[in-house]
Amino acid sequence: MGQVAIELKNITKCFGPVVANKGINLTVKKGEILSLLGENGSGKTTLMNMISGIYFPDEGHIFIDGKEVTITSPKDAFQYNIGMIHQHFKLVDVFTAAENIVLGLQEKEKFNMKKVAARVAEISEKYGFEIDPNKKIYEMSVSEKQTVEIVKVLYRGANILILDEPTAVLTPQETQKLFAILRRMRDDGKAVIIITHKLHEVLAISDRVSVLRKGECVGTVDTKDSSESSLTEMMVGKKISLNIERGDAPKEPIDRLVVGSLDCYNREGIKVLKDVCFTARAGEILGIAGIAGSGQRELLEAIAGLQPVRRGKILYNNPVNGAQENLRDKTPLQIRELGVRLSFVPEDRLGMGLVGDMDIVDNMMLRSYKKGNSLFLEHKEPRDLAERIIDELEVVTPDANTPVRRLSGGNVQKVLVGREIAAAPTVLMAAYPVRGLDINSSYVIYNLLNQQKQEGVAVIFVGEDLDVLLELSDRILVISSGKVTGLVDARSTTKEEIGLLMTKGSSMPERGAEHD
Amino acid sequence: MTERVKKEPLMHISKRADLVWWKGWIIRAVAIVAALLVCALVIVWLTGYNPIKVYAEMIRGNFGTKRKIWILLQRLAMLLCISLAVTPAFKMKFWNLGAQGQVLMGALAATACMFYSKSSLPSWALILVMFLAAVISGMIWAFIPAIFKANWNTNETLFTLMMNYIAIQSVKYAVAVWVPNGSGKLPILNPSTHAGWLPDLFGQEYVVNILIVALVTILMAIYLKYTKQGYEISVVGGSENTARYVGISVKRVILRTLLISGALCGLAGFLLVSGTNHSLTESIEEGMGFTAIMVSWLAKFSPITMVFTSFLIVFLQRGASAIATTFQLNESVADILTGIILFFIIGCEFFIRYKVNFRKKSKEGDK
Repeated sequence: MGQVAIELKNITKCFGPVVANKGINLTVKKGEILSLLGENGSGKTTLMNMISGIYFPDEGHIFIDGKEVTITSPKDAFQYNIGMIHQHFKLVDVFTAAENIVLGLQEKEKFNMKKVAARVAEISEKYGFEIDPNKKIYEMSVSEKQTVEIVKVLYRGANILILDEPTAVLTPQETQKLFAILRRMRDDGKAVIIITHKLHEVLAISDRVSVLRKGECVGTVDTKDSSESSLTEMMVGKKISLNIERGDAPKEPIDRLVVGSLDCYNREGIKVLKDVCFTARAGEILGIAGIAGSGQRELLEAIAGLQPVRRGKILYNNPVNGAQENLRDKTPLQIRELGVRLSFVPEDRLGMGLVGDMDIVDNMMLRSYKKGNSLFLEHKEPRDLAERIIDELEVVTPDANTPVRRLSGGNVQKVLVGREIAAAPTVLMAAYPVRGLDINSSYVIYNLLNQQKQEGVAVIFVGEDLDVLLELSDRILVISSGKVTGLVDARSTTKEEIGLLMTKGSSMPERGAEHD
Repeated sequence: MTERVKKEPLMHISKRADLVWWKGWIIRAVAIVAALLVCALVIVWLTGYNPIKVYAEMIRGNFGTKRKIWILLQRLAMLLCISLAVTPAFKMKFWNLGAQGQVLMGALAATACMFYSKSSLPSWALILVMFLAAVISGMIWAFIPAIFKANWNTNETLFTLMMNYIAIQSVKYAVAVWVPNGSGKLPILNPSTHAGWLPDLFGQEYVVNILIVALVTILMAIYLKYTKQGYEISVVGGSENTARYVGISVKRVILRTLLISGALCGLAGFLLVSGTNHSLTESIEEGMGFTAIMVSWLAKFSPITMVFTSFLIVFLQRGASAIATTFQLNESVADILTGIILFFIIGCEFFIRYKVNFRKKSKEGDK
């Protein structure tokens, strides 16, 4: 292991009253992979953005190869051979891989695409990338796009690479491939920083781990001396158990929701759901796995009456009167008027489930404000509900009159899930309910879902973390490019099996539209 | 890298969390003082007059006589009425720039009733007919862009703007038809019978106007804050997807809200004809259709705050024209002053929302 590539001393950054980073010291050596671990909002991305020139620190010094530097723009960062691969790719969709790679480079001579392609091929061979320089970005899968991003920074001669949550969008197999490449880069003497909050990946890939908590660096440890539980403890500040108590599946399950040969087209006229069939049973958690943008959102929205359906049926068995209702082609209001108690925690919390500018009480009213014939709003019940949810789910907020936009992600989600559960649903759909949440809040949500399951609710859970899906669900439905590629028993399947199903028969162009 | 350059950004801007309410008012007060100082410089530089005298004249122009105060209140009421009209649409994020056209169509309908009825109707009945005609015309003028927005998601900004031009030319056309002598000026209608004129109250001609607008202000405040329909407007304005998600028919809310918006514009047109001018020109609304947008925004869509913001605007306008006549200045100087003051008042909202941090001199010394 070589000399120090980059050293941060006493870095502090504030956004208004929020201290995002406080007195952080960090070193990365050449030929090493450092994991930057921390919960959402602990300041990992802020710190890396300061190295890559997007933010400028309020205090502190950055040293590269032992010399102090000032990085005020991404261009400065390039000069010091720092390359960052952002979580949201910054690529031009209609350009080819090679065009994106040279985009923004100021070279003296005329562009020579052949030369570029040759250099790209050379880099690819060296580190084991599979890349077609002439393929357009919109034809690429997420992992291919990520490859382009990585090659782009290597092409510019980056010696210090920063990857912001690179595995969030990858299948287990793709993750393995990426890790192999990262190891090869390390062996080539590059310094790699990888931001993540997945513990098993930290243990698998890195040499050392630096843990951030609430903007401060709580310590750096050698990976070989640490374990999942010791890292969690550093991350959260206390010991917590990471077990999800999965209850037994019901003995004689009742079919609550039957979806048959569902076809959907999105606004651009692309077919996003193809012949989807499944059944959600009362007292069971049905997990839905798939790469982001495989049609999960459209599926849930179709059931909720928000997405037009071209073909197929959505049948609901009403437990109260035993009647069977067809929910297809009905608006959310009509569905509710049928007596169907369908709750839905959408992926886009502030864009769909809640109104950010309204306070908690007003958001509680969203589902129920219409009740009664009065012209005026009834504030008492929603206020009681808001206070109950704040109390029971430990929502951190100044009071019930705070606009939800001001709450942190976890608290926003508690408000939303709390409201949806308070409606006493018989079907509860939740799309990525723990995205962006800290560990504690995540487990609060998992427990709530489990509790609903015990009460006989048919729970549909769209997740991205396969470990959680395996631990929480009873059955897992896997979809790929809008098609169901498998339905497996969560108690007996493996991550690898699901990973294979997730990419089975996928055709890229249709998936591309989702990710820009 | 060849040499190390110590360059650092001079300052950066960050969002304020919660600002204590009185601090916000201090910032606003500072902005007004600063505006007055800059205006003073401009006055001295352009005209050589004593700025204090000019400011005193502004105040005298607004409050100098009883009559001036009544006119101030009347203008305030009209501007407030139109501001209230655009507010529900704006709260829904429907950018209705067509208040001008909606007011004009209301005024046109009211005048037409007056013009054609001659003396066939008793005054109270005529007033009622005028009122209904004006309100319905305003509603129609707002409803047309709303239909297109709700069904085909057309751009309401351009649509409502274009509707203004149609309305302006319609008024011109009607006046030309009614006054065939080519002067293009409609005389005051029913000057002797006062048919279709809103009655004087307490010996003052504008009291009825002012009372009606006061009532509308209170009703609008209640409507937006305490009714289910007002709530739906906020939800649609906050997020259309959320509205769909909870089963609100976005289309219906858009149509309904624009009907209200148009009706109030029509009412303003009615008040301008029946309660103020008793005649019609295409400039009868004096640009208030657009000024109202500023009033509504400055008040952050709160009807009660709008009383103050419309007072501010009317005060500035009247003060400006007062100094223009007294000091025999060009109107433009007065407009420059109004512009400067508004610039500071609107600009200070930035400092209420954001904080500017200057970088402390970083500790120097090469390691």
